[in-house]
Amino acid sequence: MIDVQDLSVSFGSGASAKQVVKGVSFSVTKGETLGIVGESGCGKSTVLRSLAGLDRHWTGTINLDGTDVDKDRTREQMLLTQMVFQDPYGSIHPRHRISRVLAEPIRAMDRGKGWDKVAAALEQVGLPAAFADRFPHQLSGGQRQRVAIARALMLEPEIILLDEPTSALDVSVQAEVLNLLADLKEARQLTYVLVSHDLSVIAHMCDRVLVMKSGVFVDELTKEDLYEGRTHHDYSRMLFEASAL
Amino acid sequence: MSAQIPSSEPVTRPRSAILSALAPIWEKLSREPVGLCGFFVLFLLLVLALFAPLIAPYDPAVQNLQAAFLPPSLSHLAGTDEFGRDIFSRLVYGARITISTIMSVTLIVGPIGLIVGVVSGFVGGRTDAILMRFTDIVLSFPSLILALAFAAALGAGLGTAVIAISLTSWPAIARLARAEALIVRNTDYVAAARLYGASPMRLLFLYIAPMCIPSVVVRLTLNMAGIILTAASLGFLGLGAQPPAPEWGAMISSGRKFMLDHWWVAVMPGLAILITSLAFNLVGDTLRDLLDPRHARS
Repeated sequence: MIDVQDLSVSFGSGASAKQVVKGVSFSVTKGETLGIVGESGCGKSTVLRSLAGLDRHWTGTINLDGTDVDKDRTREQMLLTQMVFQDPYGSIHPRHRISRVLAEPIRAMDRGKGWDKVAAALEQVGLPAAFADRFPHQLSGGQRQRVAIARALMLEPEIILLDEPTSALDVSVQAEVLNLLADLKEARQLTYVLVSHDLSVIAHMCDRVLVMKSGVFVDELTKEDLYEGRTHHDYSRMLFEASAL
Repeated sequence: MSAQIPSSEPVTRPRSAILSALAPIWEKLSREPVGLCGFFVLFLLLVLALFAPLIAPYDPAVQNLQAAFLPPSLSHLAGTDEFGRDIFSRLVYGARITISTIMSVTLIVGPIGLIVGVVSGFVGGRTDAILMRFTDIVLSFPSLILALAFAAALGAGLGTAVIAISLTSWPAIARLARAEALIVRNTDYVAAARLYGASPMRLLFLYIAPMCIPSVVVRLTLNMAGIILTAASLGFLGLGAQPPAPEWGAMISSGRKFMLDHWWVAVMPGLAILITSLAFNLVGDTLRDLLDPRHARS
């Protein structure tokens, strides 16, 4: 589904250039959940934003569903991936009603009016259809993140990129959102790439985990490795020991 | 276009939803007595301007030399001027000139400033540089001097004054809108909109402009006080509305000659200008408290 070869990202130019991601390669098969874990600033979110097409500073090849994509995406390529952002307070337009938030993807893509799909989209993420008339500030953080997930699903993408989808939420709400994501994945055969620094989230969700440090992947762990606490690199052991406390 | 999804009936928004959205604003407004005073004064001014023929006791242009320089009394609330014209009636009719000047300037300046600023902030790069340098150039013109030049070229009059004031007051709005657009274009909700393929026009008008409008409205309201003063100054210099139009600035100008013996001729229009521009400032401040969360009172 996703195949990335030799992806490098650097910001700035000339002597002040800073290489954030240093030639990483990975692939994700259809229906898999890949986790990327690492400390703040290691480049994990940058990898995700390059995959989404938000960052334009990358070099290398990104192949989505069998076609190489460029920095400018065609509409068909845009339909393939959607993203859920970290902060549900900043990722929904504060002056749009929920109905508009959810109808916008369809309207922007010229795929109809979109209003008729709002109710079903809300129910699918476990929110009452009556929320359509509310503004985002009338919703809690968890409810907003559900709306953001519903919005990402409006165009029926096959790949969802999750940028720390629960780190801005309460612990009790985190579990609800993660379960919702797991259910949706099963129902729709979605492929997830999940970026997080929270190892318990990663262990709960992912089939395979890449450990990232200063722009390179230092370790790859399977689900079994995670359960048995097996690591292949000093850094990932350190990370696991720190979170076990 | 082949993937057109048939939509059933469009969802129409009930009117009560709009009213319920306005209710909290009204509630907050009722907690701002000073701002409410400002709104009241402006409302009064609007009523005066709309119903001037019904409210004014005399014709503002009819001269009666026998009744020249009468002090304020019950029959002439604000006295009479050197031609025996009732000053109160002239002030009431002058409200029309003031309101129409403010409205025309605001309607010209608001959209131009907003569009220039939002495009500049959103597109960035060379477009931003060109638009902003142009804005800087215009910003460096003092509006009174420009109005003088305009009056010399096109002839003095209210229309010239409106054009001159508009030409010099849009850059401040553009700067403000650009600053807002620069913040908004980097937010996650704009990033999300890019991901689902929203076109630049859509981003500009549905996502970025709505976020800039509140601060632009506040700024425009605060600008109105300045517009009144500039228009009055032009009138005072004889470059705004021409006699016998009852323009407040022109009235002060003609009353200035009799200031020592007949104070009311100059003071009454001065009071009108003072109260009106104060009211606009109060309303602007209150709107800022209501619309702009960053200026929220502690």
